[in-house]
Amino acid sequence: MTSGSLFNLTTIFYMASTLAFFIYLAGRNNKVGLSGSVLAWIGFAIQTVAIGLRWKESYDIGLGHAPLSNLYESVVFFAWSIVLVFGIIDAKYKYRVIGAFVMPFALLGMTWAQLYLPADINPLMPALQSNWLTYHVITCFLGYAAFAVACGVSIMYLIKVKSEEKATDAAGGILSLFPPTKVLDDLNYKAIMVGFPLLTLGIITGAAWANYAWGTYWSWDPKETWSLIVWFVYAAFLHARFTKGWVGKRAAWLSIIGFVATIFCYLGVNLFLSGLHSYGGL
Amino acid sequence: MHSTARDIPTKVWDALASLRLTMFVLIALALVSIIGTIIPQGNLDPQYIAAIGGQQGNRYKLYSLLGFFNMYHSWWFLGLLGLLSANVLACSLKRLPQVWRTAFRPEPLLTEAQQRSAVCCQTLPPGSGSDRDRLTKLLAAKLGRPIITEQDGQTHLFAQRRPWARLAAYLVHFSIILIFIGAIIGSLFGFKGFVTIPEGGTVNSFTDRKGVERPLGFEIRCDQFTVSYYPAQDGHNPMPKEYKSILTLTENGQEVPGYKHVRLIVNEPLSYRGITFYQSSYGTTGTHTFRVADAKSGQEQTITVSSEESITLPDGSSMHVLEAVQDVSPFVPGKNGPAAQLDIHPANGGPTITLLSYANHPAENRAEAAKAGVPVLTYQGGVERPYTGLQVNKDPGVWVVWTGCLLLCLALYVAFFLPHQRVWVRIEDHQLTIAGHTTRGQESFRQWFNALAESLRTNASQGDNQ
Repeated sequence: MTSGSLFNLTTIFYMASTLAFFIYLAGRNNKVGLSGSVLAWIGFAIQTVAIGLRWKESYDIGLGHAPLSNLYESVVFFAWSIVLVFGIIDAKYKYRVIGAFVMPFALLGMTWAQLYLPADINPLMPALQSNWLTYHVITCFLGYAAFAVACGVSIMYLIKVKSEEKATDAAGGILSLFPPTKVLDDLNYKAIMVGFPLLTLGIITGAAWANYAWGTYWSWDPKETWSLIVWFVYAAFLHARFTKGWVGKRAAWLSIIGFVATIFCYLGVNLFLSGLHSYGGL
Repeated sequence: MHSTARDIPTKVWDALASLRLTMFVLIALALVSIIGTIIPQGNLDPQYIAAIGGQQGNRYKLYSLLGFFNMYHSWWFLGLLGLLSANVLACSLKRLPQVWRTAFRPEPLLTEAQQRSAVCCQTLPPGSGSDRDRLTKLLAAKLGRPIITEQDGQTHLFAQRRPWARLAAYLVHFSIILIFIGAIIGSLFGFKGFVTIPEGGTVNSFTDRKGVERPLGFEIRCDQFTVSYYPAQDGHNPMPKEYKSILTLTENGQEVPGYKHVRLIVNEPLSYRGITFYQSSYGTTGTHTFRVADAKSGQEQTITVSSEESITLPDGSSMHVLEAVQDVSPFVPGKNGPAAQLDIHPANGGPTITLLSYANHPAENRAEAAKAGVPVLTYQGGVERPYTGLQVNKDPGVWVVWTGCLLLCLALYVAFFLPHQRVWVRIEDHQLTIAGHTTRGQESFRQWFNALAESLRTNASQGDNQ
């Protein structure tokens, strides 16, 4: 069994989980909803084993580094982090339907990685040979995952608020599964409360690493700048809670904009802008 | 409406300490930061300048005027960061006294106002609190020893946990200011520069960012520089595994103890007397010999060029060596012997041509020359030695920055995950009222609060039974 085939299996489980959540959304059958969660957890367990196996494989071919070093590995870890954060929220708050808005992100990541990205285990160039790589990638992607969940919840919030404004019965059917808007708003805030310190740590570990490698903790490289832009957006979100006129819909939009900026920071910078970061050639 | 002179400072102060300003500055910073990620910063590529309309063009002038080519150090960007700092300080100064009172001078009496602002509040039958010792113990177990106040025939108990957590938000703000202070210290009292040392060479100065030569205060010798590679994978150039300089530091000709033949690699800098060296680049320096054949006359001549300089070819174009190897076989499959990569600037001012010149493959050289329209160049080999390029830094502010970062993380954790919790109990003849407040995590606090209320109720009914 190779890590590659296990990652394929993971993708299949995430696909099944996403489907189950969609069916749950339409049919409101609790057993289907439960199966969505169970499939996600099984996929997550398989993926955890696969990441460990890939790590071992890198030692077997004499390279020996954590599987967090290129685009393929980072997308896989991003998907893993999203399912982890969703799993924790699912276990804690029991609003299963959130899965229908969060699991697609994980599925999208895994599908892209498995179908389009080169999965070779590459040797690390000298600048990447550092323990900071591991700390930096883990903190950043756990933070990104929390933002992904916040974004999914914000989309639900906006849909729910819109239907409540119109007060249509038809939409009420599917939407009856949605948590109350107050809960969605709260979950959005909670996810960002987790994501923001992680992003902060991610930026700091990146700065510390840059200082070791190049002697400059901050050089306004496009990646650094975009991570700061993301930080500003979520800092604005956190302060919006205390400001009249910025709660509710506007806060949800800020959360969605924050996640779009996050994805641009992660992928867009490498696609459209130049800079110091690895996996430059997408 | 009266707008007197005294009102203006107040208005400015209120605006400076307002959350609206915070939102404005954060969103403005996020938006304007995008500019510098799209427009190139620092030393501009001449091709880019030409593309936006040249140095005489209006667009170039406008961008320069607005500081877009060095935007993160422009007056308006630094101004926004300054405004953020002022806002953070003003907010803290305005709100801190009130927060300090709430945290450290708590109201030990359960008043009506407190009851209204509480997160949870319950009224229990009398007798529930008859066993005051037990109540004290229950509160102490979760929150800390209660303060007991007797007043107007009522007994008040007040207990709280983590009042200091209220200050975490201010610590977050303070640590951001601290990071700014560290960055300012670094830019005022530190420097960044660069030095290249050929193998076997010694230097005692470096070039700073303005191009000024500055003394190090000691000497640094490069004993050796090596690049090691990973085994080549099919079809790819071998990938570098390690860039390694072996350095020796001397002071007034004396070797510095502990700094003889020390290793410097990427990610493992070397520090001495507050100056830190980073493995940053490498290359070779030396002289290279070429045979040049003129395209028209076919006449051949031998030229010698050093790695640092350009030489004019018979047709008027100028050439310099980018990189040369004495055995090309690991880099170009199927080729062997010495090879040099060259940049040629044509005499007619056309675009720069980059080509490879081999010693053992004259046919290739002729083909390349014909394609580019330049004289045929045949590399004869060279004498060269490697040099190492080191980034040279001094940043006395970096520890202030790291202290700020550490405090920022700790403070964010406390602010988001460690709530300040308070419980008041008022014991009266006919009833007992308990009220609770928490700054975060209301669900779990409410659960604990309800359990407390329940156990007091049970206590009361047991008291009745006795």
